Amino acid sequence: MLRAIDMRIEPGERVVLFGSNGAGKTTLLRILATLSRPTKGTLLIDGLTIERDAQAARRRIGVVAHQPYLYDDLTAEENLRFFAKMYDVADQHSRIDEVLDLVGLAARRGDRVRTFSRGMQQRLALARAIVHRPALLLFDEPDTGLDRAGVGVLERILEEQASAGGSVLMTTHDLEFGLRAVDRVLLLDSGRLVLDIPAGSIDADDIAERMSSRS
Amino acid sequence: MSAFGKIYAIVWKDLLTEVRTKELFGGMFLFALLTIITFNFAFDLTIVNSPDRPAAVAKAASGAGAIWVAFIFAGMLGLGRAVSLERDRGSFDGLLLCPVDRGVIYLGKLAGNLIFIGLVELIAVPVFGALFNLPVLQPALLLVLGLGTLGFAALGTLFSVMAASTRARDVMLPVLLFPISLPVVIGTVRATTMILTHQTGDLIPWLNLLGAFDVIFLTIAFLVFDRVVEE
Repeated sequence: MLRAIDMRIEPGERVVLFGSNGAGKTTLLRILATLSRPTKGTLLIDGLTIERDAQAARRRIGVVAHQPYLYDDLTAEENLRFFAKMYDVADQHSRIDEVLDLVGLAARRGDRVRTFSRGMQQRLALARAIVHRPALLLFDEPDTGLDRAGVGVLERILEEQASAGGSVLMTTHDLEFGLRAVDRVLLLDSGRLVLDIPAGSIDADDIAERMSSRS
Repeated sequence: MSAFGKIYAIVWKDLLTEVRTKELFGGMFLFALLTIITFNFAFDLTIVNSPDRPAAVAKAASGAGAIWVAFIFAGMLGLGRAVSLERDRGSFDGLLLCPVDRGVIYLGKLAGNLIFIGLVELIAVPVFGALFNLPVLQPALLLVLGLGTLGFAALGTLFSVMAASTRARDVMLPVLLFPISLPVVIGTVRATTMILTHQTGDLIPWLNLLGAFDVIFLTIAFLVFDRVVEE
């Protein structure tokens, strides 16, 4: 359960949300992704409310969650084409080529997702999340299953998102990676935000100590 | 892309997946076929020829029940499986994230279900006609098949999504679907019986009833789908 969460993410800002298991990170991301409705409060995405502008708000969001949200029996390219259609991506062919190149799956574009390793599925999930050039990326443990090269791809996506003026909110249990990839750190504990500071002002040991003292 | 284009994209995705996996159609078709064959042999043994109710009429009346039992249970098998597969793999959440009216997602899923059930009917109806020796290639019967299937699938698509998010989903779908789809089931069986026994005098009111329930069920399901998929 989340309690009295009050936060704002600016354009171009990358934010990491740390917290122990059960702290409410996934719940918060599902609410922000419009998959769950909060019992109270207001959610604004680029000034749009879910109640009145659900479709426009969803168009601005790209999500990577614990599950890849992919169709196992479609190929990588068919998956991206399907989502590109659903998001009304204008230049579908060139955009699909672009994101497949970015995540390093261009050579496997014609293979079914079922044949992919966990890491490759995660790369494709990243491609799916950015294919429509969303203003806000919501990544729930996006580094799960990724090898070093995969984490490099993820870092590049985060950098490109920020340089294009987009925002990022992600969770991860890899404290070093989380601190390296973002500008701001949030700590969630038992559904409450207990820390909100710039990434450069805290290190991984300090975060780990705060998390263990609260768990 | 228009709403129609997005419905098409959802249907294309579902059909392509089914062509590759063959997880739904094969099971649905075999179930329907087995039911029709079983009922055919059962009725052959038990129907007695009497002056006021000739065996052919009794068989036609029983056959109408048999074919709808086959389609309803085969449909339920497919409806439940289609959504639970998508829920289990998390891809349904991916669909809900898309900037598409949730009613459009409902119509896309409904269209896919109608195609699967329609394909089963397309093959099973001639088999039924041959086994029961009944004239099934009648426009009125095709109309009843269409109306009955639409009403059943309209409700089934909605309830299969509801049931898929519950723990006892295999039990929940029939528990939710059967009582509410009863008017459609009764209407289709009665109308089919009339057509197969050539007693079509009172057919129009049943067709009107089926049409009315189709419109009501489609409208309600389209409107409430957004609430049904929401956590």
